[in-house]
Amino acid sequence: MLHTFVAYVEDIPGVLTRVASLFRRLNININSLTVGRSERPKLSRLTLVCEASAEAGHRIRASLFKLENVVDVDDIAKAPSVTRELALIKVAANPHNRAQLFDLVEVFRARIVDLTSESLMIEMTGVESKIEGLIEVLREDEGRILEICRSGKMTMRRGHHVSSVVKAMDAGPIVADAGAVIEEDGVASEPA
Amino acid sequence: MAAKGHASAKGPEAKAIAAEESGSSAHTRFNAPTRLTGAEIIWATLVGEGVDTVFGYPGGTILPAYDALRKFPVRHILVRHEQGAAHMADGYARASGDVGVAIATSGPGSTNLVTGIATAMLDSIPMVCITANVSSKLLGTDAFQEVDITGITLPVTKHNFLVNRAEDIAPTIRHAFQIARSNRPGPVLVDITKDAEINSAIFDFDAAKPRTNRPHPMLHVGEAELAEAAELIRNAKRPMIFAGHGVMESGAMEQIRTLAERAQIPVALTLLGIGGFPASHPLCLGMMGMHGESWVNDAIQEADLLIACGMRFDDRVTGKLTDYAQKAKKIHIEVDPAEVNKNVKVDVALVGDLREVLEQLLPRISGRDGAAWLKTIEASKGESAVRDIKNLPDSGHLYAAHVMHDLWRLTGGDAIIVTDVGQHQMWEAQYFHHDKPRTLITSGGLGTMGYALPAAIGAKFACPEKEVWVVAGDGGFQMTAAELATIVQEKIKINIAVINNGYLGMVRQWQEFFYDSNYEATPLVSPDFVKLADAHGIPGRAVRKRAEVEAAVEEARASSGAFLLNFMVEKEDSVYPMIPAGSALHEMIRRPGRDPLEETADDE
Repeated sequence: MLHTFVAYVEDIPGVLTRVASLFRRLNININSLTVGRSERPKLSRLTLVCEASAEAGHRIRASLFKLENVVDVDDIAKAPSVTRELALIKVAANPHNRAQLFDLVEVFRARIVDLTSESLMIEMTGVESKIEGLIEVLREDEGRILEICRSGKMTMRRGHHVSSVVKAMDAGPIVADAGAVIEEDGVASEPA
Repeated sequence: MAAKGHASAKGPEAKAIAAEESGSSAHTRFNAPTRLTGAEIIWATLVGEGVDTVFGYPGGTILPAYDALRKFPVRHILVRHEQGAAHMADGYARASGDVGVAIATSGPGSTNLVTGIATAMLDSIPMVCITANVSSKLLGTDAFQEVDITGITLPVTKHNFLVNRAEDIAPTIRHAFQIARSNRPGPVLVDITKDAEINSAIFDFDAAKPRTNRPHPMLHVGEAELAEAAELIRNAKRPMIFAGHGVMESGAMEQIRTLAERAQIPVALTLLGIGGFPASHPLCLGMMGMHGESWVNDAIQEADLLIACGMRFDDRVTGKLTDYAQKAKKIHIEVDPAEVNKNVKVDVALVGDLREVLEQLLPRISGRDGAAWLKTIEASKGESAVRDIKNLPDSGHLYAAHVMHDLWRLTGGDAIIVTDVGQHQMWEAQYFHHDKPRTLITSGGLGTMGYALPAAIGAKFACPEKEVWVVAGDGGFQMTAAELATIVQEKIKINIAVINNGYLGMVRQWQEFFYDSNYEATPLVSPDFVKLADAHGIPGRAVRKRAEVEAAVEEARASSGAFLLNFMVEKEDSVYPMIPAGSALHEMIRRPGRDPLEETADDE
């Protein structure tokens, strides 16, 4: 199954190697990994998505906690959460066929962030399936996509919580509507 | 001592510091914040952490530290190879329960530590390795003797550090000690650049104290789990206690004993658990697993409850997992949450320090009648029990098992035995009956040949008043035999028993059982070990017959210095019983009928 771990790690050299090395040792491929500053000073927040057996979640989380530089680990599992990914897509476009792309971008609630005589760049934020939908449509015209840059997934639990709530949620039963990530309207207008 | 050798080689920095200290005694303990070089801070911090003995080898980048050594009350043991330094620090830690310290220079000095670090990692041994590296501005340039040792040791250390500022040395070393000893112990490496050694900073030991250790956030010993565990123990008909290395690490010997005696539950030991529960105790069954006695493994397969204490269900213990202890409920008491449900799915997990958990559990355990189950196990010993081999008629042959048994008998079981890896290690575990913790020192998890001699040197420094024996095969002994010179230089008394069968015995045994006796690369030509010892100034004797064992062992014990015994044992003897790798516990290869060590029903 797909596991999503959210971790707070110290913002010092070598920490990412330690996290990555743990997955390498377990022979688990990391599907995506995003890291950036967090609300906590000197701590980075990372979202790591990987494919592993259902039972592996506990051991991975326990092993992550054993890393000295890892401060907090949350195994999102099937808890209600919001997951987003950012994609930048450079597409070949000239003054004659631009208009069609403008419509497409509108439909996908993406936006155009760069425009030249030969190409334009689309920025899109959303769930994985939505980004893949746009890429699929763009691929209908062969040779149109010049470059794709995707951030990997970022995940946050829904609702107000602090670490203690996270722990309580871990112990409790899995919420009924778990599994499906609910898409919200207007997400495309959120700042990237 | 090694420090004296450096006294005459004063560099300009050394003079400056000597002036600053205004010639105060070498045993300076810095109580007030003082400006020191990084090199001095290394030693001052180690002394502050209670270190008085380190094992190391000098070299280019660590020279500033060696130059400063003479000012500190630390005994430095000069090894012959850095692997020896790591094993000595490991042996020191296992014998004493304190943190062992190894020192090495950059490049090959640090890579030579790696096997020793991995050995400590696999067996959860608290150890701090201090290595030097090239100056920080040269890092990453492939400078002479530069190697990325923090990168190399990342998977085999509990944690490691790269320090490139003098002011970070004290806090980092103190943090390293905290990590090494806390939670599940393990080795920590601190790599210090040469410029950090040379630069100076204010040394303030107290201010360098690390934050309070954070227990693993997933430790959990709940009321419900405790109640469930107590209920399982109450209702069990065929329970067993497993005592692992954690018994000693957490100091839970009394608690395990109380649990076993109160509820009349037999105790099986892992290899590293030996000594955690007295072998002479009527409830002690002995070692479990690949070379465990048949009645122990049979009992595990028949048990209806396993209470696993401070052990990790290693593959050498479980055999084939799908057939392992199918009839048993399992309670796992373990300090490392990552070990719970890793190999064996358990019914109740009590994740915390073993001693604390048992203290919470014991008030819920009342007396219980375990006689029927104990009787069943006793009866199962029957044909397969090892008879007391001292009563065997002397057939003229010398078996390694004889040597182990006689060593046990003659030392009163009181010595620290440090084994290497292989057949002799298993015979030791079977025939030397350890009643006390920290009296068997052996590489269990990594199975490191060459471990015994250096680890024994470390153990001797930890426990100078104890009798220390190296028990090594002819193969493993040659891997680190250079440390004989260390024994002589340091003038320590260690007894060495080489169990010499002319083969890499355990590999030969596997070849015999599983590779049609194709003895590829296992016959082993060795030097005359008695002459080798003699070349070092260590007396020795070859032993070829059972009748000679006692006199030889007593001669070694009586010798004022180190002594080597070369036991020329039966060449193609095998360790029984044996569970082939990947087989289930009940599929063990039992002792063959022709084996003179097998007991028959007629034996008394």
